[in-house]
Amino acid sequence: MAFLQLLRESPISARIGVAMILFNILASIFAPLVAPYGETEIVGDVWAPMSAANWLGTDQVGRDMLTRLLYGARNTIAIAFATTLLSFSVGIVFGFLAATLKGWVDQVLSRVVDIMMAFPTLVFALMVLSVVGTSIPTLILVIALLDSTRVYRLSRAVAMDIEVMEFVEAARLRGERIWWLMRHEILPNAMPPLVAEFGLRFCFVFLFIAALSFLGLGIQPPTADWGSMVRENAGAITFGIFVPLWPAAAIAFLTIGVNLVVDWFLHLASGLKDYE
Amino acid sequence: MASLLEIHNLVIEGCHDGQWLPIVNGISLRLEKGQVLGLIGESGAGKSTLGLAAMAYTRLGCRISSGTIVFDGLPLLELDKEERRKIRGTRIAYVAQSAAASFNPAHRLITQYAETPVQHGIMDFHTAEKQAIDIYRRLLLPDPEHIGYRYPHQVSGGQLQRAMVAMAMACRPDIIVFDEPTTALDVTTQIEVLAAIKNITNQFNTAAIYITHDLAVVAQIADRIMVLRHGDLVEENDARRILAEPREEYTRQLLSVRSFKKDGNGAGGHAKIPFLKVEGVSASYTGRELVLEKIDIELHRGRTVALVGESGSGKSTLARVITGLLPPVEGRILFDGAELPPALSARQREHLRQMQMIYQMPDTALNPRHRVRKIIGRPLSFYFGVTAADREKRILELLEMIELPADYIGRYPGELSGGEKQRICIARALAADPHLIICDEVTSALDQLVAEEILKLLHRLQRELGVSYLFITHDLATVKAIADEIVVMLRGRIVEQGEKQAVLKSPENAYTERLLSSVPEMDPDWLDRLLETREAAA
Repeated sequence: MAFLQLLRESPISARIGVAMILFNILASIFAPLVAPYGETEIVGDVWAPMSAANWLGTDQVGRDMLTRLLYGARNTIAIAFATTLLSFSVGIVFGFLAATLKGWVDQVLSRVVDIMMAFPTLVFALMVLSVVGTSIPTLILVIALLDSTRVYRLSRAVAMDIEVMEFVEAARLRGERIWWLMRHEILPNAMPPLVAEFGLRFCFVFLFIAALSFLGLGIQPPTADWGSMVRENAGAITFGIFVPLWPAAAIAFLTIGVNLVVDWFLHLASGLKDYE
Repeated sequence: MASLLEIHNLVIEGCHDGQWLPIVNGISLRLEKGQVLGLIGESGAGKSTLGLAAMAYTRLGCRISSGTIVFDGLPLLELDKEERRKIRGTRIAYVAQSAAASFNPAHRLITQYAETPVQHGIMDFHTAEKQAIDIYRRLLLPDPEHIGYRYPHQVSGGQLQRAMVAMAMACRPDIIVFDEPTTALDVTTQIEVLAAIKNITNQFNTAAIYITHDLAVVAQIADRIMVLRHGDLVEENDARRILAEPREEYTRQLLSVRSFKKDGNGAGGHAKIPFLKVEGVSASYTGRELVLEKIDIELHRGRTVALVGESGSGKSTLARVITGLLPPVEGRILFDGAELPPALSARQREHLRQMQMIYQMPDTALNPRHRVRKIIGRPLSFYFGVTAADREKRILELLEMIELPADYIGRYPGELSGGEKQRICIARALAADPHLIICDEVTSALDQLVAEEILKLLHRLQRELGVSYLFITHDLATVKAIADEIVVMLRGRIVEQGEKQAVLKSPENAYTERLLSSVPEMDPDWLDRLLETREAAA
């Protein structure tokens, strides 16, 4: 209810963003009901043009593009959301721990993160995935772990700034435990940059999955996901066929929607009331 | 004869929530050549805005909506950007409050001095260099030949402030606008800067607008004084007249500020065992250099010990040692006769409860994302584990105690004024039902009238609850008002300590004497007299 109230006072850009995200979520929930064909059903020629039967044409093996997009929304959004949430939980907890405890805890954590970041992410992911195998849960775990290094860096830096404030010192003097300091004193004040980063990371995740899929270690065909759909159909561009632009447009659509909402959150969190 | 600067019916507006609201409501002023005009008022009075407007400049988000500004026959508001630029810096100059924030740390002082005259093509760098040395000498800076070749971080705060005055003098302007140039300085340094400013404006017959919130300071330097409040002119008169016979009630309040005195001695008095005893404590941040050396302090129940000293004397470090944030290198801290573990993490919750702290900046001492309910309520549930209903009741009692309305319970710190925030800090400390409250410069970030209210509140609470205060401050007026005992610190050592009356009446130490005599008095001749006596003594 509070959210609805907030939404009523929100600027038009935020409402558009919310609508865009809602559209995506509804599409992913009701995909089996509204999709004209099955997810992996081959219904026509390779790269058939748009027609009454295939509104958006067909893909590289002749599956219906619209159907694939609707099913793809499920996988893409769910995986990206789970991954980002996980990477933020891990990154924030360790980042805040490093900033509040300092000393050797900070040193050890930061050096481990340095080592992880020194490897190219893709190579690291390939290495781990080829060892543990490519199921969706492992995919989520591995990408979240890799992404959490960046979240760690950010949340540690933000928390360091907040940690020196006197209200944190006051809480320490009161005798508060580390968990309270992190949860109640630091986290609320660190929200704005973290929320912004969340929006960005969320979008990067499905691009990263696409890159993995291209190398054969991402989401395994024939499961639909937007990133892989761009990759698989990329060759069509050279023939003047714009079919890969559909999943790309879907990615852009969701990204813009997420960022419009994130912008609004940031504005609320910064405490500025007016729009200039 | 026309005045050097004439401002007529000036209205300046600021943008707030998309609305333009007046900050200065139609103020007029005249400034003659060589005259010093003092602008005084609390924060939000519009004094800085008005001072900057003398250069036809407004801060971002402000605009001059009506009125005229005529400088030496030139209507400044009608000039274009380029013509205004020619006047700024050369004919009207500005000295900001924080010299440390205004200097570019990457350039030498003298390079920054020469920047304006060289930019405006008045002189070449070489001439500017020679002149700078002359000005540095007139401003009584030590080693004037070489000090200009230092970087801003290599000189002290007072010297940097004087270097900024020198910069303003570089083009021999007709008017200098001083915006609280001594507010951030220690009292002893303030004297030096005040004397230097007075000296140099006299020598060059420069007119000045001197902005401050401290009537005693402006009395030393100004010929005329304008009292501002909420963007309106309250009263304007000759400096001496305004001090001798203020017409308005508000001016009278400002004059009588610092008149609050604690009646008699604190309750409790000397018991056999002091409940807080600091014994031979030395402390260091690096492990090598000592910031505190062999400090001994005793604190008795219901009394106030004021810890006085300049910045860097180790006062706040001592507070950190007592609270356990910085374990001492040697020495011990006894609480109720029992030794406290040196480190915070080893102390018991009960000990932590009995020792609370109030900070200088209420803005950073309160979590901006917690409501008053949580800020005051947390110590209650943390130390006493009270139920929700009891907690709510107790929070309301505490709000009443600190004289704030009950509906403040749902507010965020951002919705409170500076003085109100400091009251919330006091309530948070009181919620723990402590025996000792350490007050670290609690009034120095507040306007004088507000600060006085806070002191009165602290005093009342002491009388009612019998708490003790360890009052850390550099402001001797505060000490005079509230202390029972005084401890004077200099460079990490205690140079003098004793009962307030004894220390104030007959200071034994030369430094204490100097510190005491540096507190400005509401007397326009005070600075001249003081400098004469000091010269005679030297």
